[in-house]
Amino acid sequence: MGTGNQIEKPLADWAAAHFGAGARLVALKRLSGGASQETWAFDVEAGGTSIPLILRRAPGGAAAPRASEAVTLATEAVLLAATGKAGVRVPEVLHVSPPGSELGEAFVMRRVSGETLGRKILRDEEFQLARTRLTKDCGEALARIHAVPAAGFETLPRSLGADQIAKYEAVYHSFNLPRPVLELAFAWLKAHAPEPATPVLVHGDFRLGNLIVDQNGLSAVLDWELAHIGDPREDIAWLCVNSWRFGHTEKRVGGFGDLSELLDAYAAAGGQRFTPAEIDWWEIMGSLKWGVMCMTMYGAYKTGADPSVERAAIGRRVSENEIDLINLFEGLGRHA
Amino acid sequence: MHDAPSAKELIEAVKSFIDNTAAPQLTGHAAFHARVASNALGTVLRELEIRPAAEAAEKARLEALLGTSGGTANALNQKLCEEIRAGRMDLATEGLLSHLKSTTIAQLSVDQPGYSGLKTAAR
Repeated sequence: MGTGNQIEKPLADWAAAHFGAGARLVALKRLSGGASQETWAFDVEAGGTSIPLILRRAPGGAAAPRASEAVTLATEAVLLAATGKAGVRVPEVLHVSPPGSELGEAFVMRRVSGETLGRKILRDEEFQLARTRLTKDCGEALARIHAVPAAGFETLPRSLGADQIAKYEAVYHSFNLPRPVLELAFAWLKAHAPEPATPVLVHGDFRLGNLIVDQNGLSAVLDWELAHIGDPREDIAWLCVNSWRFGHTEKRVGGFGDLSELLDAYAAAGGQRFTPAEIDWWEIMGSLKWGVMCMTMYGAYKTGADPSVERAAIGRRVSENEIDLINLFEGLGRHA
Repeated sequence: MHDAPSAKELIEAVKSFIDNTAAPQLTGHAAFHARVASNALGTVLRELEIRPAAEAAEKARLEALLGTSGGTANALNQKLCEEIRAGRMDLATEGLLSHLKSTTIAQLSVDQPGYSGLKTAAR
């Protein structure tokens, strides 16, 4: 784990090189959250102004092996640059530090102000106007992400619907805990698999929590660690998964919007025209995936890798995904 | 064996200690984990109350659905999973979805009684 002392000097050196010799590093602070990466907030005072910045850094600065499908920090920086160029609201990257450098594997980006907590965004008065704009903003952002030429990202993992079924089914079976609802979801997904879409750049975790929202709407798309080449419907449906509606179940899109409006905005911004029925398959995939991920997190407790009560208790959230799957299945029945 | 205090009373006492004595003195991560710990004890209390009858009802439904009797709920669920995996049971199977829904509602009433999807399911 990095300490302020370890990174303060190389960061100050960079600030002086980038902003001029008088630049001063202030308020360096480790932010909580982000188990796989260190995230630090700091300001640089230069030329009479204060520039808010974020440092994303590999734990201890070492290029440690990451969760298999998580992209490296260097790739994350490239993704931010490419999507920013394509018109997606993302933090601007100012510096990329390679593994083995004094700062370690890391990058520096601008700190975008706003809120990331889903419950606040969906509830607080200050985001009233933002909530009316978020659906359109998200549709446009997703269309632009999916339009970024995938040719530049050969190193990204490639994962389409069938790959994800196989992957999560293997994980689920490895626990040897019979959950008939999950079993039914795997079987249904296999029996009803849609034609694969043309693979595009997919964000992989596009939902409240990973979006910075200010009072005017979406201000930045964060957390590109799970980006991959995949099916564009995966991103659209993931935003609809009930786990990310934070109790505002009646609004299918993230607890704030209607799917038809999202799909319209997506198509108007150059994305493919999808129907709500096409999103159903991927939303079932999303709820199932999150259920298996909760089992995996509980698995970390069971094996002793993480003895925290939080990891133990998360195993009792799998049933949330099970009821969501059942509600989705019943919805299919009604629309058939 | 005696049960004075009962398991329920002991858990209630520990939960009350966490909520009223320990948690107020904690900050940051530790305060967060104290809340999670208290919630976990809440889950255990609900489980003590709900599970016996709910699991008996689940087992009866599983036996009817599978046309067998005997065996633990876990073994019956294992069997149900095999039926689904083999394609012998699916959404069109009479009573399957309603059984799974009843079971999941009971499970969530223990695990996360405040979850939004539970209200949707009740509609």
